[in-house]
Amino acid sequence: MSFERTREKLKILADAAKYDVSCSSSGSKRANTNKGLGNATGMGICHSYTEDGRCVSLLKILLTNYCIFDCAYCVTRKSNDIQRAAFKVQEVVDLTINFYRRNYIEGLFLSSGIFKSPDYTMERLVSVAKKLRLEENFNGYIHLKSIPGASDELMREAGLYADRLSVNIEIPTEIGLKKLAPEKKREDFVKPMLKVKNEIIQYKNEKKLIKSTPKYAPAGQSTQMIVGASGESDFQIMYTSNFFYKNYNLKRVYYSGYVPISYDDRLPKIGSEVPILRENRLYQTDWLLRFYGFEVNEILNETHPHLDLDIDPKLSWALRNRHEFPVDINTADKRMLARVPGLGMKSVYKILNARRFRRLNWDHLKRIGVALSRARYFIICDSSDFERADISSESLKGIILQNSKTKYNNTLNNQLSLF
Amino acid sequence: MHGANLIYDGTFDGFLSTVFTVYEQKLSNVTIQNETHSQSLLFAETEFIPTNETQAKRVWKGLIKHLTFREASVVFYAFLSEQPNVENILLDYIQYIFKNEKGAGEDFSHPSVLKIAQIAKQVGREKHRMEAFVRFRLTKDEIYFAGIEPDFNVLPLILSHFKKRYADQKWLIYDIKRKYGIYYDLHSVEMINIDFPDTFDFTKTDETYFSEAEFDFQKLWKSYFRSSNIEERKNMKLHIQHVPKRYWKYLSEKQPD
Repeated sequence: MSFERTREKLKILADAAKYDVSCSSSGSKRANTNKGLGNATGMGICHSYTEDGRCVSLLKILLTNYCIFDCAYCVTRKSNDIQRAAFKVQEVVDLTINFYRRNYIEGLFLSSGIFKSPDYTMERLVSVAKKLRLEENFNGYIHLKSIPGASDELMREAGLYADRLSVNIEIPTEIGLKKLAPEKKREDFVKPMLKVKNEIIQYKNEKKLIKSTPKYAPAGQSTQMIVGASGESDFQIMYTSNFFYKNYNLKRVYYSGYVPISYDDRLPKIGSEVPILRENRLYQTDWLLRFYGFEVNEILNETHPHLDLDIDPKLSWALRNRHEFPVDINTADKRMLARVPGLGMKSVYKILNARRFRRLNWDHLKRIGVALSRARYFIICDSSDFERADISSESLKGIILQNSKTKYNNTLNNQLSLF
Repeated sequence: MHGANLIYDGTFDGFLSTVFTVYEQKLSNVTIQNETHSQSLLFAETEFIPTNETQAKRVWKGLIKHLTFREASVVFYAFLSEQPNVENILLDYIQYIFKNEKGAGEDFSHPSVLKIAQIAKQVGREKHRMEAFVRFRLTKDEIYFAGIEPDFNVLPLILSHFKKRYADQKWLIYDIKRKYGIYYDLHSVEMINIDFPDTFDFTKTDETYFSEAEFDFQKLWKSYFRSSNIEERKNMKLHIQHVPKRYWKYLSEKQPD
C-alpha cells in the first residue's frame, strides 16, 4: 500500500470514528485453534490511552466518511464541509494485521458513513471481516457497526465473522430524533438489532444440539446514546437504556457526552462544555442496574428525573431511603450490602468471605478497602462506636461532601456556580 | 530463643524447599532471605537451603489441597513481586493456611492473607500492563522484538498469553532489568539470555537491526494514536494514571518524532 496516502486516510477516518466510545474487546470466545494469528478469549486489553484518558483497544476507524445522511449531531453529516476519504477493503485488512502483530491493538472496530445505500455499505464492512477471518486466519476481536436499514441477510452474515455488532441509537427520545435526524426513523435502528438478537438466540439453541454450530457474534450487541445534545433528561436516557437492555439483550449501552461540532442552532454551541460529569453519573447508574441489583425506578422517576451531580447515584438513593439503614455488616445479605454507599461489589465479596471467620469491626473494613467516609453513616459492625442515626439527610449530605474529596471538585465548582 | 536465618537461591522451588525445611525441622522464629540480597542477622543461625524439587512439589501439593487453584496461584504471583520480606509474609500465610480448614485463603481479616492478596493483585496488574504495553518491532531477521522493564518479574506470567496469541510469528520479549527473555520460535517458548552489543539502545528503532516496514507502521500507529484523541476532553491526569510515565520510553506511540 502507498504509505503517504494511507497515512492521510488513517488520519481522516480515525478522527471521524473517535466519537464512538465503545472500546470493549472482552467477552468473546474465539480461541486460536488453527495456529493462526490472535486469540480473543475472555478479558479485554487496553493497549494504550489517548490524552483524553480513553482506552485504545481496537483500531477504530470508518471505512469511509462519505455519507448520504445529514444528521445534525454527526461530524460526517452530508452538509459538513470536511475532508472526505475512503479505505479500500485490503487497506483495512493490512492495517489491522500489522497493528495486531505489533501488539498495538486487540482487533478492529469498523464503522462507516453510509454511501450509496445501507446494504452497499454493510456489504463492504462484512467483506473486511470475512477477509480477515478466512484469508488471514485472524482470531482477534472484530466489532462491526450494523448499518441502520441493512438487510437481514447481511446482518446474518456479519454475525458469523464479527465478535460484536452494534447500532447506535444516538438520540434517546423519538422527539429528539425527529428534530436532529429527520431522515432517520427509530425502526431503522431497531430492525438490525432485533435480527441480531434473534440470530444469537437461534445459534445458541442450535449449539446445544450440534456442537459444530459456528459462533454468532459471541460478544453480543451494544449501542450508544449521545448525552446533552437534544435536551433529554437522565430519566429518559436511563429508561431508554433499560428498555434496550431488557428487550434486545444488549451487553452494553454507552453514554457519550456531546462534543459540540456544529454551528447548527438545534445543538449546543461550539465551545460549550462537554458534560463529562453527567456522563460519569449515567455510567454509575448503568452499573447499579447491571451489577448491584437496582431497578431503574428506584434511582430515577417522575419526581426525581435527574441524577445529582455532586454525589453518586447510590449515595443519593440511600439518602432518600434512610429507613433501609443502618445495615449490619456482620449479618446483612448480599443484596443489602451492595446497596451501602461506599461499598463496591469487590468489598461486598470480601466481607461475605471474611465474616465467616470472625465478626468484622471498623479496622477490618478499612483494611478491606471500604470507603468509610461514606459507608460509616449507613452501617453498624462489631464495635460500640457508630455514627448517630438522627442526622437529617440534608445535613448528612453536607457532612459527607465536606469530608470527601472528589476529582470532580473543579468541574463541580464551575457547573454549580451557574445557579 | 534464637531464630533461624534461612537463605535460598531466589527461585520459587528454592523458596518452597525452604518452607519444607521449616516444617521438617519444626523451626520457629524463622527469617527467609534470597541469597542475592541477604543480610546476616544478629543472634540467628544462618543456613543455606538447597533447592529440592521433590520437597518443593510436596509443599505445592499441600497448598493445592488447602486452597483453590486461584488462591494457590496468588502465592506464586506474590512471590514474583520480589518485594523485600515477601518470603516471610508468604511463610506466615502458608502456615496459617496449613493450620486451618479449607477456605482460610478467603479470610481477608487475617493480616497475611490480606497482604498477600494485595501484593498478588499488584503483580497481576503489572502482568496485565505488560500484556498491554509490549510493543513488538520487526527485526531484519523476521523476529518481533520487544524490550520491557516491568516492576515485578512477570515474564513467567505473560508467557502463555503471548504464546496463544502470536502462534504464527517468531517473537522475543526481553526483560532489560532482569537480563533474560522469552523467545518463541513457532514451536515452543524458551527462557533465554542474550548478550546485546554495548551500543544497543532499547528505546531506539535502529536501521541496522529493524526492518524497513517497521518505520512505516510506527508512523502510522503514532498518527492513529493522535487522531483518536478528543482535544475537548483532554485529561492528562487520567492519561498518566493509566499510562504511568515510567513505561513511556518503550511505547511506540509515545516516542518523539
